[in-house]
Amino acid sequence: MDPQNMQNMRSPLARAIGLGSAKEGVGCWWAQRVSAVALVPLTLWFAASIIANSGSDYATFISWLRTPLTAVLMILLLIALFYHSALGLQVVIEDYVHSATKFAAVIAVRLGCSALVTVGVVAVLRITLSG
Amino acid sequence: MSNPTTTRPRPLSPNIQIYRPQLTSVLSILNRITGILLSACAVVLVVWLVAAARGPQTYAPVQAAISSWIGRIALFGATFAFFLHLCGGIRHLAWDTVHGFELRSIYISGWAVVAASVVLTVVAWIASASMGG
Repeated sequence: MDPQNMQNMRSPLARAIGLGSAKEGVGCWWAQRVSAVALVPLTLWFAASIIANSGSDYATFISWLRTPLTAVLMILLLIALFYHSALGLQVVIEDYVHSATKFAAVIAVRLGCSALVTVGVVAVLRITLSG
Repeated sequence: MSNPTTTRPRPLSPNIQIYRPQLTSVLSILNRITGILLSACAVVLVVWLVAAARGPQTYAPVQAAISSWIGRIALFGATFAFFLHLCGGIRHLAWDTVHGFELRSIYISGWAVVAASVVLTVVAWIASASMGG
């Protein structure tokens, strides 16, 4: 082993292949940031809308939810929210769960978030498209 | 003497209890805790939307649960968790642009997150009450 490799503690094979890290962690990291940026206006719009509808009855609330702009923003919110949640919960599980349940927990979070976003979007579409 | 490192298990995260709590570490772990809480709130959001889609008969009990005292206390906590995670998240996004890493800046932004979260939560609930909630 030449002195340079001794110094950076990498094997000649690792240096030749040029990997070292998994080279894909930055994808999740970046997706977490992009979804966070999307959620800033979407969640503020949602909070403001809920406040504005504080005194609304069912009919008023549904008539607000039925407008195309509300439906579009609500669907975008659901997608960004559950994407961001899945990424965040996965990081928490990977950091704190050290047993074999880690893999199962990550899969459960991913499948659960996918199912919930689908159910949420279908609910919004039912409200918007119903006569 | 045998190797002492093999007799004692290595510490695994979360091992935050070995440190004295500071604003920096408390806000860091709160960002995670609020994130988990808000994921649970996202499930409630879906339940609420499904109830609304099914009609007034299904929507009424869900709305009654949210309007109850326990529901309101939970919603107040969720509001604070939301603003804490939002402000903390914006602080993280600022850090991602390689700004504000000086110790003084970190404490200023940390206390700003706490203050903004408290103010925004109170403003949101006053606004909601004024709208008849």
